[in-house]
Amino acid sequence: MNELSGEALHLWRGEHHVLRGVSFAVGGGHCLQVTGANGAGKTTLLRAVCRLVPLDSGQIFWRGADQAANLEAFHAELSYLGHENALKGELTAAENLRFATRMRRDVEPGEIRAALERCAVAESADIITRRLSAGQRRRVALARLLLTRASLWVLDEPTSNLDQRGQALLSELLGAHLEQGGVAVVATHQSLNLPQSKICPLALQ
Amino acid sequence: MAWVWLHRFGSPPYFYRVARRLVPWFAWPALLLCLGGLIGGLVFAPPDFRQGEGFRIIYVHAPAAWLSLMTYVVMALSAAVGLIWRMNVAHAVAASCPKIGASFTAVALATGMLWGRPMWGTFWVWDPRLTSELLLLFLYLSYIALRSAFDDVARADRASAVLAIVGVIDVPIIHYSVIWWNSLHQAPSVLRFGAPTIAPSMLYPLLMMLVGFTCFFAAVMLTRARAELLRRERTAQWIVEALDADQGGPSRGGGRTEQSAASAW
Amino acid sequence: MTTARNPALPASAATRSLSAAAWALVQRDLRIALRRSGDTLQPVGFFVVVTTLFPLGLDPQVSLLRDIAPAALWVGALLASLLALDLLFREDAQDGTLEQLALCGVPFTGLMIAKTAVHWMLTGLPLVLVAPLLAGTLGAPAGALPAILLALLLGTVSLSFIGAIGAGLTMGVKRSGSLLALVVLPLAVPVLIFGARATEQAIAGESSSAALYLLGAMAVLTATLSPWAVGAAVRIGLE
Repeated sequence: MNELSGEALHLWRGEHHVLRGVSFAVGGGHCLQVTGANGAGKTTLLRAVCRLVPLDSGQIFWRGADQAANLEAFHAELSYLGHENALKGELTAAENLRFATRMRRDVEPGEIRAALERCAVAESADIITRRLSAGQRRRVALARLLLTRASLWVLDEPTSNLDQRGQALLSELLGAHLEQGGVAVVATHQSLNLPQSKICPLALQ
Repeated sequence: MAWVWLHRFGSPPYFYRVARRLVPWFAWPALLLCLGGLIGGLVFAPPDFRQGEGFRIIYVHAPAAWLSLMTYVVMALSAAVGLIWRMNVAHAVAASCPKIGASFTAVALATGMLWGRPMWGTFWVWDPRLTSELLLLFLYLSYIALRSAFDDVARADRASAVLAIVGVIDVPIIHYSVIWWNSLHQAPSVLRFGAPTIAPSMLYPLLMMLVGFTCFFAAVMLTRARAELLRRERTAQWIVEALDADQGGPSRGGGRTEQSAASAW
Repeated sequence: MTTARNPALPASAATRSLSAAAWALVQRDLRIALRRSGDTLQPVGFFVVVTTLFPLGLDPQVSLLRDIAPAALWVGALLASLLALDLLFREDAQDGTLEQLALCGVPFTGLMIAKTAVHWMLTGLPLVLVAPLLAGTLGAPAGALPAILLALLLGTVSLSFIGAIGAGLTMGVKRSGSLLALVVLPLAVPVLIFGARATEQAIAGESSSAALYLLGAMAVLTATLSPWAVGAAVRIGLE
């Protein structure tokens, strides 16, 4: 049963108390929407959930078990999309996705193309990503999300650089992910166009 | 039992208080031992059979060299403790060591060069001891440079801890490789000091200087570590209370003098 | 579109084997290096230029050249290795791919070994291949070549692993070129000493096995211990 929860998370950056006793719980099929002003700590919280940044105190639980106990298994079920798209400029979109998939499992025939088509960037498959527009790169990053088959999605401002149709695509993908029982943590200023029942809001000061 | 002790020491207020009480216990012996060692070495010890009076510089050179190495080890150990158990006090101790260590290294180098000058006519000789000291100085400088490259203190602590640990493993390798290199090329050596042949009247002052220098290091390191803790935790509540206790009574402005005196260097 | 729908999410994902992931990483980095051939060839070019500058600074008598050949070769190798190190992690850190490596559920230390191995393939190995030409210009006899090449092979492995530590530590620091050198060069001194000694003995016609064994020991030591330090340093840099 997919569930992510955090209890009394504290984090200091230098003298700045960024996360002040943050707690949350989000179950399968739900999305934790993190809001807050710039600098409130949204990115820090998301990176702490991924364990890229160590917490000063507090614990995070995934499926009832302490995340710190088996980090590798936790990471295997997690897919993170940060401000950067994590794409190498010299590789084509398809090559980037093939690499990202191969880091987790063997690639099945045709699935790269299918993922690119789903995100409406199939025509960019064989173009090196340096030559793609920012919006196209973001869509390729979304295709990577699909390919990881992760139960937990952690997305930091996923709508940046996406046009109207791109944002609609994101909502669709998120909706489908939640439909299958996945969990999502999304930091965003914008509305996700998901049914209210599926959203757990978390506002950071 | 040991863990309780370690964690007690890891508490900044505790360390701050205990360190203050310990400093005089190191400072006075340091002064007396160094004075005794200098008098014994410069006045009472007989001149060396081969080197005459010039060898006396060993009473400063050898302790300085020994301490330069020991400081690095202390720095690396406390950095490792800070990294593994995430203890701010340990990182503060590690942060207060490099300048002391670099100074000891510089003193060892300077005295080594002075020692070699009358015998070899030049200031620099690729003696294994001097070369090792020079490389140790570079290691200290790289540690200091790495620390100051990070704005965030916590990241500076952790990154420099990794460097200190790597360095402490590499130091013996560097040392032996330099000795090996030197033995092949028969470069002149500043220190020819056979341990079994030292007369007691030469040895005892040397040991006194050694222990005296070590006490000096402990006293200075603890003082710097306290200043470092003050700087790191200056927004914490315990600081105000500790400074009040230092002044012997509640006073707001008096806390300033303690801080500036401790961080004078 | 039904064909692209995720299959039902597995209750718990099996973690990927380290060797498969590391191999994928090696292939990716080699492919990128091939496409950026200009950047990739820089260290080798630098090595050639620096090493040939030494004779130009001296009176080109063969006997004198033979004396400085070991030092020239090894200082050149050291500096060339440094050149490629900065890129090792900095770019991956900036475009977000490095943190993805930390998040894919595969032991991070193993991936660091893979990245360091690629650095060696792109820097150390080309040096070894180019060295015969340079050894000739520096007056080294042909009989000395096998030992010289073996020494460079082992020494550059150590240099890559030691350098990777420095690259990881200075990853997030801006304008870190000289800081990287300051951190790496003192740690790499033993490699310089052993390597130059092996080269010197080979040129003089003596047996260089002692120095070569020491180089081999250094290579094994650095290959086993440095990945831990590199992983720790990179994780600190990613925070």
